[in-house]
Amino acid sequence: MKELLLGNEAVARGIYEAGGKVVSSYPGTPSTEITEAASKYDEVYCEWAPNEKVAAEVAAGASIGGARSFCAMKHVGLNVAADPLFTMSYIGVNAGMVFGVADDPGLHSSQNEQDSRNYAIAAKVPMLEPSDSSECRDFAKLAFEISEKFNTPAILRLTTRISHSRSIVELCEREEIELKPYEKNAAKTVMLPANAKPKHIVVEERTEKLAKWAESCEINRIEDNNSNIGVICSGAVYQYAKEALGSKVSYLKLGMVNPLPLNLIKKFSNMVDKVYVIEELDDVFETFCRKNGIKVYGKDVFPKCGEFSQNVIRKCMLNEIPEVKSVKEEVPIRPPVMCCGCPHRGLFYALKKEKVFVSGDIGCYTLGASAPLNAMDTCICMGASVSALHGYNKALGEKGEKKSVAVIGDSTFIHSGITSLIDIAYNKSNSVVIILDNSITGMTGHQQNPTTGYTIKGDPTSAVNLEALCKSVGIKNVRVCDPYNLAEVQKVLKEELESDGPSVIISRRPCALLKYVKHKPSLTVDTEKCIGCKACLSIGCPAISVKNKKASIDYTQCVGCGVCTSLCAKGAITTQEAVK
Amino acid sequence: MNNVKSVIIVGVGGQGTLLASRVLGSAMLGLGVDVKVSEVHGMSQRGGSVVTYVRYGDKVYSPIIEKGEADIVLAFEALEAARFLPWLKSDGTVIVNTQQIDPMPVITGNAVYPNDIIGSVKSEGAKIVAFDALKLAEQAGSVKAVNVVLIGAMAKRLETDKEVWIDTIKSTVPKKFIEMNLKAFELGYCAKEI
Repeated sequence: MKELLLGNEAVARGIYEAGGKVVSSYPGTPSTEITEAASKYDEVYCEWAPNEKVAAEVAAGASIGGARSFCAMKHVGLNVAADPLFTMSYIGVNAGMVFGVADDPGLHSSQNEQDSRNYAIAAKVPMLEPSDSSECRDFAKLAFEISEKFNTPAILRLTTRISHSRSIVELCEREEIELKPYEKNAAKTVMLPANAKPKHIVVEERTEKLAKWAESCEINRIEDNNSNIGVICSGAVYQYAKEALGSKVSYLKLGMVNPLPLNLIKKFSNMVDKVYVIEELDDVFETFCRKNGIKVYGKDVFPKCGEFSQNVIRKCMLNEIPEVKSVKEEVPIRPPVMCCGCPHRGLFYALKKEKVFVSGDIGCYTLGASAPLNAMDTCICMGASVSALHGYNKALGEKGEKKSVAVIGDSTFIHSGITSLIDIAYNKSNSVVIILDNSITGMTGHQQNPTTGYTIKGDPTSAVNLEALCKSVGIKNVRVCDPYNLAEVQKVLKEELESDGPSVIISRRPCALLKYVKHKPSLTVDTEKCIGCKACLSIGCPAISVKNKKASIDYTQCVGCGVCTSLCAKGAITTQEAVK
Repeated sequence: MNNVKSVIIVGVGGQGTLLASRVLGSAMLGLGVDVKVSEVHGMSQRGGSVVTYVRYGDKVYSPIIEKGEADIVLAFEALEAARFLPWLKSDGTVIVNTQQIDPMPVITGNAVYPNDIIGSVKSEGAKIVAFDALKLAEQAGSVKAVNVVLIGAMAKRLETDKEVWIDTIKSTVPKKFIEMNLKAFELGYCAKEI
């Protein structure tokens, strides 16, 4: 049967068909749908872990126990999971273990543009890179085989355009695989220095074997178009190159991007007069070629930053720029904004009014940094809001303490904010941490997490009690407020900024996009009462604009949250019934 | 490769552009041609300018559509039609919902929503089909059916059997909304340009 699958769904299909048994992941765009799709197969145990390190360790344990296991994450998630990756490289596997890592060239939804291929080199593990959904499924299966054949974890590298593009996959049946027997072998699995030292030698030998295998494996292939120009590429870039250059050039398509097949690359370069390496982000293939004396064109022709496309290749290689139509007026940009009814909006409005330093974090609420709220000073990485606030306050002392807060979502707090909060309690900083508890992992599209009380399958489970958790680590002042109630939020914020000792404010209301959240009818503006003062615009709700010098509410967007009503001194924002 | 058609679907996050691209993708899968659909997820979905690409034909390589490559720009909002006009092929068609949604820089007074933006698109010589899809969606029963109204207008302009679309919609939307969505499709299919 043929299906039109997202690359991520196809990876999940590959895990299923390969007899995968355990998947543990933390959501992160563009990797999230791998685990969501895998959780639809009853034969595969799937879970959301609190963070990527935990997820990778769960997968490691499952592999040692004898089950084919997988963990999915975005590129920056691999930073968090790097610790288990590097040592699992030494330990190797019992049953196959695969890391699925999705890079985000072009930063569609990320804080940096790092290239995960560097991790495969550094951790000395094999890495495969598919170029469409069918290959996503095939390479996921192959990754398990390579993992077992060479006794190593393997990485499946994806990029946004592969993860989030649908293409046709011909489905296969699942192959049931018996659990591999676990045999106690401390020399293999206990990485004391004495055991790890010989393992390093094994790892180096393994890389040589993998490189030899890469020379003749089917997924590294030459497409000879009898051209004097050759292109070396992988992943989405292969598709862009085929689109832009067709059969005008010959191709060396690399399916295995670490380790690289030196002899195959040499053979290819000897077939043509000129070799172009086309690769998004870092010059990984190019550096390898140059190091081995193969003359190539690479980053001297193509950009180092951003996402590629067929037009990027046409421009850089053929100097072709399309003629296009465009309107003469300036088209205003349309940046992403917090949704109508977003519970974060009221809280950020209060922070803006209070003019505090806001140590920010990763989630929907990072949009609080945008105009007109402009209520965020930093955004570094998951959990950094809390620890960076602690550092800021230790540096500034009282000058900082009364005028600064951290904001962090419920899922991000569990991911890595809690350890930072322990630092605040333990090392006595007078800091105010605000947990934006919207009862879901929002930005990645509504995943359950340890605070929600439900598993990935929607089954009820224990829920972390945030108030009790914060108190138990030593925070005495723990307050809860409703961000729809602006007066309450402002009062609690003032009190906690003034109070001595660390405090936690839990700003609690479910995400407005959750299915169970009932929306009220759209509000409207009584144009008799509205004086056009624009006070209501300062909250940055996309439903409110000015039409004919009066405030106007777009009824197709407004969900009736009512936060704007408390900004209007004239009481002009009201229900539709009241105006009739 | 020359027979590959490229449809770029643009709008404002939350308008339901993803459903439109999925319906088009499924319809083409059903017809047995090669097809790729590229979607947006994450940060850019949140009320921002969103774009999805659908390409189909004998053999599709790139999942994305670049400037000068789109046979159809299906715009859920007027300003987005103007923003993505450069993606249109010289002989391509813009299908646009005349609804206007102010972006945040306009709301905050840092930018101006251009007057008669659809007129501007027309004056660049683009083939354009403009109509009020929101009004038709309300006629069908819900403002949320805008996406299906627009699918209807697009279906009319693609050389595909109408039944294929109806079957695809039936199998894509939840059961209780099938009737409303088929009505929305029909209204879009028969929409008169304004």
